Amino acid sequence: MPLDLVTNVLIAGVLTGLVYGLMALGLSVIFGVVRVVNFAHGEMMTIAMYAAVLLFAQWQLDPFLAILPVAAVFFVLGYLLQVWMINPFITRPEYSQFMLLVAVAIIMVNALLMVFGPSARNVQVEYQLESFALGPILFDKARVYSGAAAVAVSALLFAFFKFSRSGKAIRACADNYLGAKVVGLDVKHLYGLTFGLGSACVAVAGCLMVLLVDVTPLLGPGYTLLAFVIVIVGGLGSMGGALLGGVLIGVSEAMAGLFITPSAKSMVSFALLILVLLFRPQGLLGRRT
Amino acid sequence: MNRRAQTLLALLALALLVLPAFASNYVMSVATLILFFAFTGQAWNVMMGFAGQLSLGHSLYVGVGAYTAAGLFFHYGLGPWAGLWLAILLCVLLGAAIGFLAFRFGISGVYFALLTIAFAEFTRIGFDHIDWLGGPGGLFIKVAQRDQIDLLNFRGPPAMYYYAMLALAAGALALCAWLLRSRAGYYWQAIREDEEAAQALGINTFRWKMLAVILSAAMTAVSGVFFAFYYNNLFPEQIFHISRSIEIILGPIIGGIGTLFGPILGAAVLTLLADGITELMSAFGIEIPGVKQVFYGIVLLVVIMFLPNGIWPTLARRLGIARQR
Repeated sequence: MPLDLVTNVLIAGVLTGLVYGLMALGLSVIFGVVRVVNFAHGEMMTIAMYAAVLLFAQWQLDPFLAILPVAAVFFVLGYLLQVWMINPFITRPEYSQFMLLVAVAIIMVNALLMVFGPSARNVQVEYQLESFALGPILFDKARVYSGAAAVAVSALLFAFFKFSRSGKAIRACADNYLGAKVVGLDVKHLYGLTFGLGSACVAVAGCLMVLLVDVTPLLGPGYTLLAFVIVIVGGLGSMGGALLGGVLIGVSEAMAGLFITPSAKSMVSFALLILVLLFRPQGLLGRRT
Repeated sequence: MNRRAQTLLALLALALLVLPAFASNYVMSVATLILFFAFTGQAWNVMMGFAGQLSLGHSLYVGVGAYTAAGLFFHYGLGPWAGLWLAILLCVLLGAAIGFLAFRFGISGVYFALLTIAFAEFTRIGFDHIDWLGGPGGLFIKVAQRDQIDLLNFRGPPAMYYYAMLALAAGALALCAWLLRSRAGYYWQAIREDEEAAQALGINTFRWKMLAVILSAAMTAVSGVFFAFYYNNLFPEQIFHISRSIEIILGPIIGGIGTLFGPILGAAVLTLLADGITELMSAFGIEIPGVKQVFYGIVLLVVIMFLPNGIWPTLARRLGIARQR
């Protein structure tokens, strides 16, 4: 197999993986703080993708510009979802929380199916067909921009958690729920904020993803599983782990598509997941609890 | 069980036994489907409801069971009675492998659930690449004459499938009732409520959790074999899909996790609801994909939010047949 082909596929895998990573980052942040596994994560991603597609179809809005409004709306919706629906479930058993979000996910997928039908949609912008060339190695412009945007948004989120007051308060909640309550933090509000931020991450990832793939309503469950695989490989609750996991899965998918067969690509991811669960259940960058 | 409960149960059994004499083929197919989900839900309930191990990948056992029996029949003409044992054996081995790996490495809760999904998805994609079993194009079993009963090859009219499923569902109910009162049942409930405390009392939690997984896998394998010979076509994309796993667990969750009648009630409610919606939509001439599932989702959401223990415990109290506390 020619080396430059492998290199090209590898680079495409890394760049797509960064967008995957941003999507998974949302899941990881939510789990790390609220301790609820968002089973509707991929479904939220597809809704964001449809939002970007609609904005493009209606006003020719470039998906990169769509990021702002879509993320803002998702932040608010995520906040409300947490405060109204998930907060009352915090003290319920794990499977109960799981099933709540499964129900939300089922409604989301099929509502999309009802509204948009099963056919695929996409956006077409000029830079999707262009690429930067570095000798024989090509970088798709759309992928490069998306990957860069994913890194930038992740960096913003890191900075928020590291430096801002709210970010520190959220980390305090994650570290010690009772302690956070004792010192007077409004935990329910902070949980809402966290879910909102996680949703905004998904929204951005969705806007970026429409540049790379066509969207159908049935993508949702697949993305949910993909996000699970990524955060578990990287370490549930670890932010750096989510990005690393995303890149790892992006590359392994690309390589499996090249060397085995494209239809088997997620098999490699699931095999990776099983191995990580068994031998390093806290994930590559996670801490053992 | 008090006197009233016994009477109600006897009446229900009688009604189910004579149903084929009155019901149309359509009603029979709905009833068979209800019993199928009741049985499979009961199987899942052994693992989750009794022992507290959440599996979100039960489609794995349905699929492996179905493909084993169907593959043997398709290639070698071997009837389901032989295939059944191999299907059970394979699923027991699979369940044992997953359980062994998970419990040895101390994986529980969310992580365990994700592990079961991962195995089911892995297998789904794997089966897409097994040409011997039809790959993504599916495996089809020849449909013989419908009006003759051929028990050896499990071919026959709807009533035969109905009675077979009724026997299975009744058998599963009896088995579960017995299990709950056996040593295993009490150990499982102890593990479900507090695994560390159970261990401290000297219960070998590993062994009893393994038993729950193996038993559940074996029962689900049987429902897989039934599925193969009832529907006569199998696609990896459908039978192993995570939405199939979720369909299996909706019944027990809506009916009441860990109860004996929850899976049965839940299966009936869901199947009737789904069919009612389909009928209603075709009556109004609406053909939009996804409407049925949205209703499914809403029902699940409402039950989870407002009846966290499921419908059965509440209903049992209303009927006056709940155990006194």
